Amino acid sequence: MTSKLVMKSMIGFYIFLFFLYLFGPLLVMSVTAFNTPSYPQAVPFEAFTLDWFGKLYNHKAMMEGLRNSFIIGFGVVALSVPVGLAASIIMNQIYHRARSTFYLVTVSPVLTPGVIIGISTVIFWKDVLGATDFTKEYFYKGIILSIFGQSSFVAAYCLLIIMARLQRFDRAQEEAALDLGASYPQVFWHILLPFLKPALISAAVVAFLSSFENYNTTTFAILADKTLVTVLAGEVRQGTTPALSALAVIIIGISLAGAIAYELMKRREEAQAERAKERAKIAERADVGVPVAVGA
Amino acid sequence: MSSRFVVFLIPIVVIAIFWAMANRESKLAHDPTHKGYFERNGMVLGIVFISLVAFWTLFLVVLPYLYMVVESFHPKLVPAKRGGPEDVLTIAQYKSFFIEPSSGDWNTTHFWAFGYTIVISIIITALNFIICYPLAYYMAQAGTLQKVRLLMLALIVPYWVNEILRAFSLRLLLASKGLINQALMGLGITDGPIDFLGNNTGLFVGLSYAYLLIMVFPLYNAIESLDKNQIEAARDLGAPWWKIHRDVVIPYAKPGIASGCTMVFMLSAGSLAAPQFLGGPRTLWFTSVVYDFFFQSFNWPRGAAYAFILLVACILFVMLMLRVFKVSLGETIR
Repeated sequence: MTSKLVMKSMIGFYIFLFFLYLFGPLLVMSVTAFNTPSYPQAVPFEAFTLDWFGKLYNHKAMMEGLRNSFIIGFGVVALSVPVGLAASIIMNQIYHRARSTFYLVTVSPVLTPGVIIGISTVIFWKDVLGATDFTKEYFYKGIILSIFGQSSFVAAYCLLIIMARLQRFDRAQEEAALDLGASYPQVFWHILLPFLKPALISAAVVAFLSSFENYNTTTFAILADKTLVTVLAGEVRQGTTPALSALAVIIIGISLAGAIAYELMKRREEAQAERAKERAKIAERADVGVPVAVGA
Repeated sequence: MSSRFVVFLIPIVVIAIFWAMANRESKLAHDPTHKGYFERNGMVLGIVFISLVAFWTLFLVVLPYLYMVVESFHPKLVPAKRGGPEDVLTIAQYKSFFIEPSSGDWNTTHFWAFGYTIVISIIITALNFIICYPLAYYMAQAGTLQKVRLLMLALIVPYWVNEILRAFSLRLLLASKGLINQALMGLGITDGPIDFLGNNTGLFVGLSYAYLLIMVFPLYNAIESLDKNQIEAARDLGAPWWKIHRDVVIPYAKPGIASGCTMVFMLSAGSLAAPQFLGGPRTLWFTSVVYDFFFQSFNWPRGAAYAFILLVACILFVMLMLRVFKVSLGETIR
């Protein structure tokens, strides 16, 4: 019994260390955001201040970067999710000998270092868009290149997410609809798409977030423009200021709120599913003729 | 310029070959119930699907990669001379990886940076496996559902703080005026501050820290599907705990281990933020070398050649991992 107790406390200690490693740096950084010294320090804590958050708001480059990050994020979602959906459908229908080649091509961006994706995007589009004055003038832009570069691997994430759900699709539903006289496009719009909706939503969320925090690809593809992350990188390279800690506090706050909201939503869904199951059971019993105590 | 346009032909040829093969086979195996692609999807949707996928695979994936490779076989020229008589195919950029063109000596700097990047990435991968395996095992087999959900959430939250800010937080901790040095000096363990960033401790910690999750999740997914009864059986037969892991859990979790290790290796070998913000001033990470070719010496062909060398090294590593763990690529990426 004692050896089990020792084992248990060791596991507890290990988990404690793991999460100390994970959260410790973030906690220390968060404290520095509220401390007055201009060099970010947690100890000694001199005085409480919110000035660093104000500095953040007045930081012009950062605000411009934030705006661009949002534009790129939405652009990536708009391009990657439809591409991922189309690719997952084609994956099932493609000529069987070409399938492994197709799969290799589609997942290769996931395994390619982001730096290389960024470089190849810039080199390629510089020549393609630079071919005419018109395209060079209006399309050879950091924002467009970033959308292209990020989409190349984000679309692969979307493909994997959507494909996982598509594999659980019951073909019988499609056949039933076809037998009842639906056309193939109708099956797509009214049966397949609603079935894939949860996967499409999570693909969109993942796409936006991976775009928003991407650094390796964007730092090349963004050219002379900036995103929030590239501005941050420049700031960190120049030195350290508690304003960066303040930004981190905001990001941690948002992701914490999001995580908690997600957890609550999931709990509620589960509770609902549980209740639905109970009701089904009761209904079933009533069907078979077993007496049911109403309201039990 | 012409050599550059050859790349546009390559995917067309590949598609044409598959097309021809498919046509031939469908004629040989005459199947009246078989429906063509446009019959199954409708004309409009069919065209939309194909154009989206073609744009992605050709213009965002295949062509840029091929184009980068072709660029790396060209000399560095001013824009006006591109496509001129001096724009010939050359292996000078690859040669420069071994022999520095300006001095004619062995290019030990870049060679060293490359080896260093690969070796450190392998060490980081192994380290993260050791750190994450117990947690993944605990979550997958021992923990209660409620606890696991909470742990999962706690794992995901820090992951959404971006790489740069996470590197920044470690820098605050490890700097000479940072909390750790304050603590060490306060406790009287050291007299002066230890230069954690200069001696690359910061770099190692930063890389490991950045990719913890990438290791935890594949391991967790793999171990989770292992039937608890197998472990029980091994325990009942008297196997000590380390033997259970060695002979039951790890062989079963192979695809997850391969997946986690491949991803962590790739990400740390291709990492840019950690070496830029946590490395010492004399540390040369290979991606930083590539970065400098683009932003300081503006030598794109040489940067492209170096990037390609890195890519080949990564592909070789992936193939090695798949071979060692005897898993297929499809099992790795899920």
